[in-house]
Amino acid sequence: MSKLYSGAEIVFKCLEDQEVEFIFGYPGGAVLPIYDELKNHNSIKHILARHEQGAGHAAEGYARSSGKPGVLLVTSGPGATNAVTALTDAYMDSIPLVCISGQVPTHLIGTDAFQECDTTGITRPCTKHNWLVKDIKNLEKTIHKAFEVATTGRPGPVLVDIPKDVQFQKASYTKFKKQKKLNGKIHNLFSQKHIDQLINLMSKSSKPIFYTGGGVINSGPRASELLREIVNITGFPITTTLQGLGSYPGEDNHFLGMLGMHGSYEANNAMHDCDLMINVGARFDDRITGKIDEFSPKSKKVHIDIDPSSINKNVKVDLPIIGDVTEVIASTIKTLKKTKPNFAKSNKQKISDWWGKIEKWRAVKSFDFINSTETIKPQYAVQRLYELTKNRDTYVTTEVGQHQMWAAQHYKFNKPNRWMTSGGLGTMGYGLPAAIGVQIAHPKKLVVDIAGEASVLMTMQEMSTAVQYSLPIKIFILNNEYMGMVRQWQELLHDKNYSESYTAALPDFVKLAEAYGCVGIRAEKPDELDDKIIEMINTDRPVIFDCLVDKQENCFPMIPSGKPHNEMLLGPNDQKVKKITGKGKTLV
Amino acid sequence: MGKSKSAYSTPGKVGKLDTHIIVVWVDNEAGVLARVVGLFSGRGYNIESLAVAEIDQKLNISRITIVTTGTPQVIEQIKLQLKKLVPVHKVADFKREDRNVIFKEMALFKVVGNNSKRDKALKACKKYKAVILDKTNKSCVIQITALRREIDLTVKNLKKYGLVSVSRTGAVAMTRGSEIFK
Repeated sequence: MSKLYSGAEIVFKCLEDQEVEFIFGYPGGAVLPIYDELKNHNSIKHILARHEQGAGHAAEGYARSSGKPGVLLVTSGPGATNAVTALTDAYMDSIPLVCISGQVPTHLIGTDAFQECDTTGITRPCTKHNWLVKDIKNLEKTIHKAFEVATTGRPGPVLVDIPKDVQFQKASYTKFKKQKKLNGKIHNLFSQKHIDQLINLMSKSSKPIFYTGGGVINSGPRASELLREIVNITGFPITTTLQGLGSYPGEDNHFLGMLGMHGSYEANNAMHDCDLMINVGARFDDRITGKIDEFSPKSKKVHIDIDPSSINKNVKVDLPIIGDVTEVIASTIKTLKKTKPNFAKSNKQKISDWWGKIEKWRAVKSFDFINSTETIKPQYAVQRLYELTKNRDTYVTTEVGQHQMWAAQHYKFNKPNRWMTSGGLGTMGYGLPAAIGVQIAHPKKLVVDIAGEASVLMTMQEMSTAVQYSLPIKIFILNNEYMGMVRQWQELLHDKNYSESYTAALPDFVKLAEAYGCVGIRAEKPDELDDKIIEMINTDRPVIFDCLVDKQENCFPMIPSGKPHNEMLLGPNDQKVKKITGKGKTLV
Repeated sequence: MGKSKSAYSTPGKVGKLDTHIIVVWVDNEAGVLARVVGLFSGRGYNIESLAVAEIDQKLNISRITIVTTGTPQVIEQIKLQLKKLVPVHKVADFKREDRNVIFKEMALFKVVGNNSKRDKALKACKKYKAVILDKTNKSCVIQITALRREIDLTVKNLKKYGLVSVSRTGAVAMTRGSEIFK
C-alpha cells in the first residue's frame, strides 16, 4: 500500500509539484494544520502579511511581475472575507491567483460555527472557479485543477476551501507531472482564414491603429516581442490601455501613449478617426470607449482575445479572432512575410497622411503641464522619478487615483511585467502590498510604488511586512492631502463641493516610516527633488518618500463622460482649450 | 449643466428583446445551480423560468433549462459566459419561435367544487393531455403539459370552476427529429 499523507501534507506536495516558491498568507484557527506542516518544506517560503488583503495584493504583484501564479493562504471567516478584495481585483485584471482557505470542520459547516462563513458562496462571483473539498480523496486533484484553471485561457483567481478535519485526514498522493495542455475549454479557435482576413483588412487600410491591452502581457514576454515586430513590419501606430503599458516601448515613435479617459490626445483622436482598429488583448472597457454609440464610428474593428465572452461584449466587432495573442500575432507575421514581403514599403506611402495627422495631434502635447519653481507638480515628480530610474530595470506599482494616471502618462515602460496597477477594480491600497510581491519575485531590482497619501494609508500596515523580510521597496507618495481624483471630479462636476475628500490629520509620513523601522524622506521644493530621489534609490532599505505636491493640480487631458474620443478636455496649458475648459466643465 | 454628472457613460439605445430558451449541460455537483443562477443575477440577466434535474446518473450530468429574455447581444453574452463556467459541458440556445424545438411545461391544478364544475374544469384542460391524478367527491387534481401561454390561459379559465391551487414547472425543451444537440 502506498504511503498515506495528511491533507496538510498533500497541500504542500501539490504546491511543490506546481513549483511554488512563495506563499503569501496569514495564519488562523482553521488553517493551523497547514501552517504546522510549513516547517517540513524548505523549498516553499511563507511571507507573512499584516492583513489578508495585503497578502492577496502581494500575491498579485508577484504574479504580474513574474508570470507565475500567486499563492495565497488564509484562514476561514474573516481571513477569507478579507481576501475578497484582492480576489476581485485579480478577477477584473486577469491575474492568476490560487487562494487556499481554511474552513471549519466538515461537521460544523452550516452551524454558524466560530469563524465560519460561506467562503465558496462569497467568492463564487469573484473567482474563475472555487471548490470546497469535503473529501480528502479529492484534495490532490482539486488543487492541481485549481492551478490549471487559474493559469490557462484568460488567467484569473481561484479558491480552494479546505475544512480543518480534511487537513488532518489521510490519503495517498501520486506525483503530479505538469502538462503543457490547455484545459479543454481553451481557446485557439482561429484558423488561417481569420489571419488572411486580418491581413486583407490591414492591406486595405489607410488609417490603421493597434489598440493593445493586458492580454499581450498575460500572453508572455514573447507576445511583446512579436508586437514590436508586427508594428515594425506594418508601420502602424500603436496605443495601449493602462494594463498594456510596457507591452510596447514607451519611447518608440510608433507609440501614441496610453488611450482612454486620461489618455493622450493623439491616441484618442487616432482611435476615433481610424478606419481599422486592431484590438490585441484589450476588452473595450468603459474607461476606454467613452460613449459607446460614438466610439470610433468609421472603423472596421478586429478583436484578438483569448476569451470568447470578451467578443462583442461592449463593442460589436467585424472580425473576432479567438486565440492566444502570441499565436495569433506569430501566424499573422508569418503569413504577412510569405504573402506580402513588401508590405512595409508599399504601406508606408499609404499611411503617410495618417501619420501626418497623428503628428499634428501629437504636437498638442496633451500631457504637458505648467511647471512651477515654488511647488512640486505631481507630473514633474513622476518625470524626475522616471529620468532618474530609467537606466535601471525598474518595477513600478501604483495605488489608484490621480497619481496612478500621472504615473501612466509620464513613466515610460520598455518591457512587459514592469507595471502593476489595479485597473479594473481600481483598488486603493493595491500598490504597497503589490510592491512587496514584486520585490519578492525580483529581490535585486528597484521597486517603486507611486502612491497617493490617501490610497497608501489603506494598506500601510504592510510596511511592517516589508521591514520583516528586508524588502527595500520605495513608497513614493505624491502627497496633496486630498483624494485627488475625487477632488477633481467634485471640482468639475459637483460645483467644487469638496465633500469629505480632504484628509485632515494625516500622519507625519517620515515619522511613520521611522516607527515602522524603515527610512522616511520628505521633499517639499522642486529644487531638492532630484537629490532626494537619488537618496531614496540609494537607500537599501524600505523607504517612504513623502513628496509634497501641488494640492490643486488636475489630471488632464480627460474625456468627459458621455463624450466620444475626439472631444477631449485638455489641460490649462493650452490656450485654445482654456475656453473649452470653462465651458467643458459644464459638459463633463 | 443638466448633462451627465457621472464618471460613467450614459446608457445607449436598448435593442429589441427576444425570448430564448437556454439549455445547459452541467456536472451535477454542489453549488452548480448557484453558479449558473448567480451568473444571471450578477450580470443583470433575466430568468423567466428554470427547470433542472439530473439526466445521467452515471456521468453525473444535469440539464438546466432557462427561459430568458434579452437583446441578441445579451443572449450571446449569456451563452459565452455560461460556457466559461468550469462545470458546464455544453450550452444550447433556442428561440421560442423555433419550430424545430419542442417546449413543454407541466402544471398541476387543484379544483374544488361540485361535479359539474369539476367536469367543466376537466373539459377546459382536455386539449392539453389532461390527466386526473387525484379525485375526491369534492375535489380533483389535474395535470396538463402545454406551452407557457396555454397554461396561463388555462389558469385563467379554471378560476371560475373552483381552481384553488396551481403548481407549475419551468419549461423543458428538446429538438425534433433524429438530431441531437452537440
